[in-house]
Parts: sequence; C-alpha cells; structure tokens
Amino acid sequence: MSKIPLQFRHNGREVAIFVDGGTNLLVALRELIGDMTPKFGCGQGGCGACSVLIDGALHLSCLTLAETVAGRSVETLDGIKQGPQLHPLQRAFMENFAAQCGYCTPGMLMAAKALLDRNPQPSRAEVVEAISGNICRCTGYEPIINAVLAAASGGRASA
Amino acid sequence: MTRHRGRGIASVNYPIGMNLGGDPSQALVHSNPSGKFTVALSSIDLGQGMKSVTRQICAETLGVPVEDVYVDTADSDTGPHCMGSFASRGTHRVGNAVMAAAREARGVMMEAAAEELEVNAADLETDGRGNIHVKGAPHRSISTKDVAIAAQFKQGKTISGRGIFLVPLSDVNPETGEMSPATCYAHACLVAEVEVDDETGEVAMIRMDSAYELGRALNPRLVEQQLVGGAWMGVSHALYETPEPYYPDPKHGPRDFVEYLMPGPGDICPHDIAVLERPAPDGPFGAKGPGEMCANPVLPAIANAVFNAVGVRIDDLPITPEKVLRAIKAQGGARPQARR
Repeated sequence: MSKIPLQFRHNGREVAIFVDGGTNLLVALRELIGDMTPKFGCGQGGCGACSVLIDGALHLSCLTLAETVAGRSVETLDGIKQGPQLHPLQRAFMENFAAQCGYCTPGMLMAAKALLDRNPQPSRAEVVEAISGNICRCTGYEPIINAVLAAASGGRASA
Repeated sequence: MTRHRGRGIASVNYPIGMNLGGDPSQALVHSNPSGKFTVALSSIDLGQGMKSVTRQICAETLGVPVEDVYVDTADSDTGPHCMGSFASRGTHRVGNAVMAAAREARGVMMEAAAEELEVNAADLETDGRGNIHVKGAPHRSISTKDVAIAAQFKQGKTISGRGIFLVPLSDVNPETGEMSPATCYAHACLVAEVEVDDETGEVAMIRMDSAYELGRALNPRLVEQQLVGGAWMGVSHALYETPEPYYPDPKHGPRDFVEYLMPGPGDICPHDIAVLERPAPDGPFGAKGPGEMCANPVLPAIANAVFNAVGVRIDDLPITPEKVLRAIKAQGGARPQARR
C-alpha cells in the first residue's frame, strides 16, 4: 500500500510525515514523530491515556485517524511547558502528589488543560466530568481533582 | 424505592513482609567521582514510591543531601537480589538493606575524608549539605565531592557499601504450631458509609474514615497518596472488579477497560485519614509500610455497611447490584439494621 503524505502542526511546529492508510494518530505521534508523551493504554478509547488536543479540543489519539489531522494543530503533553517552565497544571500535579505510577498523567493533564482553556474557574463537579474519560488505575482521583482545582484557583492555568 | 444508609467497620493487623526463606533483599551503594551516590536495587517501584523512600533512607544514612542520591532499579538481571515488591515489604526490607549498604559506604567515605583532612575518622561528622567536617571545627571541612575525587584518583578506594536484610527463618514449634511469620505488624481501622438503593441494588460510597498505624511515615505525602488511592482499590474490589462472568458463561465476562468495571472520578467520596506513627524497632528509621494494607480493611467494612443498610449479608465479591437485589428479594425486602 502506498504511503500517504501528511502535514500538520505538532506543538506549534510544522511536521511532515508519511503514514500508511489507517494509521492512528497515537502511532503517528509516538512512532513516526517520536513524541512519547501520549500513552497507549487500551487502544480502544476506554482509558484516556492517549488524550491530545486537536485545534484545542480534547481527542483520543488512538481513535483518531492520522490523516484527519492534516493541516490542523495537534498539542500533546510534550508541548504544554514553556521552555524550562512547567505549565501551572504540571506544577499543581507535582505539588498535590497527583501522580503515582504516572501512566495516566499525560492524558489527565491534557483533559484538564482542555477544561481550563475553556473554563478557567471550574467547579469540582466540572473537573470530575472533564476527567471522567480518563482511568487512573492507582485510583488517585482525589489528588488529581485537587490539583486541577489548585491550578485553576492559581489563576494562571490557561497558557 | 428507598436509599438506605449504612455504616460498617473493619480492622486489620497486617504483617510486613513474609518469612518464607528469610525474605531477603540486597542493596549496593557507591559514589561516583562527582560525589553523588548511586543505590543499585533490583526492587521494583511500580508507583508506590519505593525509589523516593530508599533515596531518602540512603541520603539520611550517608549524611548527604537527598539530591545527591540516585536510585537505579534498572535491571534485575544485573542488580543485587530482591525478593520483590509485594507483601508490603519494600520500605521495611529494601529500606533496611539500603541502610546497611549506606552505613558501610559512609564508613569508607569518612575514612577517605579523614585521610584528606589528616584527622581521625571518629572525629568527623557530616553536615547533611554535602560537607564533612571535624566535630566542633566546621572550618576543617571537605566536600563529599572532593572526598570522592580523592578516593578515586589519589587513594585508590571505592566509596561503596553492601547491604542485605534477612529475617532469621522462623521454625514452627511442633508442639503448638506456633511461629513468627513476620517481625512487625502494621494496623488499620476503617469505617465505611454507604447508600444502598433497594430498587436497583446499587451501592454508592458516601464517605470513609480511617486510621492507619504504620511505623514512622518516612515520606508522609507518599503515605497519604498510597492510602487515598489504595482505599479505592479496596472499594473497587468490594463493589466492581471481577474477571468472572456475570452470565451466562465466561464469554460474557469483561475483556477490556471498557467492559471491566472500575471506579472513575465520579465515584470518589470523601475519605478522612489519620496516620499514627509507632516506630518499629527493626524498621529503617522505624518504618513499617502501608502497602497492601491500605486496601484490605475497605472490603469487610463495605460488606458490613451493606448489611447495616439493608440487612443482607453478601459474602461473595464483588457486591454487585444483582447480588444485593436477589438477597433483598430473598428476605422479603430491605431490613435496615440499627444505625451504628
């Protein structure tokens, strides 16, 4: 099968790759671009570990055909810090001990960022809803919810 | 349709580690010429924080800043032997091994420093900030980095230490059957409050209150994190998780994250935790370990709370809505027990 040329913005940088038809965005990001921050959890949209933002909206990269992001902007956890500065959400996760094994953390951070970008002062219920598609197998939801609320009340959440 | 509140309690007496074959773990500590230390372990950190805790134990024992210690758990083929990360044994067993290794390495480091400062090693102390100085004379000082360089390039010494922790094998008394399977025990008590819907059979968590006695909490935030998350693994075991089929045969069992029931962020309820610290005499800096115990009392407490709420005794996990409904039906309706 012939490869398909694909061009899109990856964390603000223009990238051009060749993908096989049917390649999902998660595989394109991890194996072709080398961005390992979106994680492979279940590969079927059940866990949220692969969450990325496409044109600012939260998507499961394992269920997104790579071809569909042509010309669009894809943001992953790798792109949310600014230089050496952690994103306020990353700092809040660190300060609230919101990661145990850490496998869900990239997806949680992207889900939280999508929320704070559109709603900088969410209620607790809104935070719970925003991360409800993300599984934390260490069951550390409480500190994760607290971290998102802390980042929001810090007033610097949206970058 | 009525939602019935119920409260249940459970207590745990939990052995730290086990005593099959002595339950040994080994650690090796060595310095690099940069004056930083590496702890080599085969023990696995799967999110419980063992790397952080062994790093603290090593730094404290050596008398150097925690930033100067790196814990390497890279390869169990080439690393020193460890029985494994189970039985709530990591902090206690591995921690003790790291402490022994760090103590030996500290001895070499102090000897090397003594040679550089031309004093007796017994007259030296560490300041915990990366320097070694003569007791009472802080200006007679040398950095651990300079000691490491001197040891490596001048004295021809390796600043290193070996550590193992091995519990003497406990024999069974043939007369009484008595033995000592563990050297120390942690304890917990947990109260679970639930709400049982007598129309759907669903059990919702309302709140948990718990107290854990686990020796000295070497890293209180990691302990709290483990207790928070671990309690929900207990809830999950009690109410949701099973690889067994519901009906009619195993083909209908859960196969993946979509079908396998687990708690999500919306199921979480308040959980108030009290940590009591009674240092264990044989623990590293008095530590035992929260480990598996953080999930254990939750299951019986929830089963008791369900009984308290609707009067049915479910003794088969998980406590699914179907089991609760069948049991309520069998006894002719919900029978709330006296509120405890």
